[in-house]
Amino acid sequence: MAGVAVSTTINGDAVEYLCQPDETLLEVLRDRLGLTGAKEGCGTGDCGACSVIVDGRLVCSCLVLGAEAEGRKVETIEGMAHGDQLHPLQQKFLEHAALQCGVCTPGFLIAAKDLLEKNPSPTEEEIRFGLAGNLCRCTGYDKIVRAVQDAANVMKGA
Amino acid sequence: MRYIRPLSIEDAVGELAKAVGPAAILAGGSDLLVRMKGGFIEPELIVDIKRIGGLGDITETADGFRIGAAVPCAVLGENKAVRKAWPGVVEAANLIGSKQVQGRCTITGNLCNASPAADSVPALVAAGAKAVVAGPSGKRTIAVETVPTGPGRTSLAKGEIIEAILLDKRPEHAGDAYLRFIPRTEMDIAVVSAGVNLTLDDHGAIKTARVALGAAAPTVLLVEEAGQVLVGSKLDEATLERLAKICSGACRPIDDKRGTIEFRRKVAGVLAQRAAAIAYKRAGGK
Repeated sequence: MAGVAVSTTINGDAVEYLCQPDETLLEVLRDRLGLTGAKEGCGTGDCGACSVIVDGRLVCSCLVLGAEAEGRKVETIEGMAHGDQLHPLQQKFLEHAALQCGVCTPGFLIAAKDLLEKNPSPTEEEIRFGLAGNLCRCTGYDKIVRAVQDAANVMKGA
Repeated sequence: MRYIRPLSIEDAVGELAKAVGPAAILAGGSDLLVRMKGGFIEPELIVDIKRIGGLGDITETADGFRIGAAVPCAVLGENKAVRKAWPGVVEAANLIGSKQVQGRCTITGNLCNASPAADSVPALVAAGAKAVVAGPSGKRTIAVETVPTGPGRTSLAKGEIIEAILLDKRPEHAGDAYLRFIPRTEMDIAVVSAGVNLTLDDHGAIKTARVALGAAAPTVLLVEEAGQVLVGSKLDEATLERLAKICSGACRPIDDKRGTIEFRRKVAGVLAQRAAAIAYKRAGGK
């Protein structure tokens, strides 16, 4: 298989890589670029652990080919904090203990960030529907929902 | 395996037509990548159609709407004009998968994946949507219900690509609706589903009607008799009874883990009634 040369932007940085045509963006991020925040849960777009934002759209990076990122803007969990300054969602996930094993957490944070950017004051129902593409086997979701509500309040005040 | 990103539909068609091994068209990839990963298909050529001019656009034309094959369902859902004209189609498209999947999946892909349970397809069939097919011998426009021929199979020939779905301009007093039964509230595959599209005359009587059922046969079914029974009525009790009976009778469902034949037959009728009631109200009927 011939490799595909890709030039893209990840978390604001210009990035170039070579990948196989059947390699997913998730595999590229994790195995070629060392960005291991996005996780492979199911590999079939059901669990949301690999969520990233491509050109402003929330997607599962396991359902995107690495080759498709050419010329796009990709945002991953690694770009969420500013240096040591956590994003309000990250801070509130910690305060509310909205994680246990943590495998789903990067996906939840990216999905929640996308949700709050599009809807800064979501209702509890909107949060639950908005995060329905992210599965968590530990928390029972309530703490996650509360953390997102709290973060929304902080972000509105900011 | 080769991945290509043609910039014109002619180039895409040309590459697909001369492909020697199995070839796949990539738009949103939410079905294709899952099937590749599962080892169900091993394409030697992947043709990404997202950079082809116009395929990512929704255009309002004199005749209605042209929805490019690469338009994600999330983008369709954000289009106020389509939502206003065809709320049933948009609702059906927005039921597919999660937010993450919505950012990628397309109605053209949903149609070409040819699942009998595809959510947007009964709504598109009820709407009388057309598919613009580009192929080696030029372009043709076909009714969407002629695209799927069985689970996972389509009538498209080698080298053919659906480049857009067309929806008619709406007359006054028109409405459509789509309902599915799933055992959860969200993120599931239809056990059975129904799409209904109606137009009314000035007195609120149904002038034209199309009814389609999903997950009730090897392909999405257009139930012409069910549409005919609605014409002339104002959805009175007796008409709704006949509608349900016809829909239940038209089903050729299977028994599987998601539902039995008996259940699917019964619920197909119930959903057709309820979808008809919503479409009627949307059309301004009382």
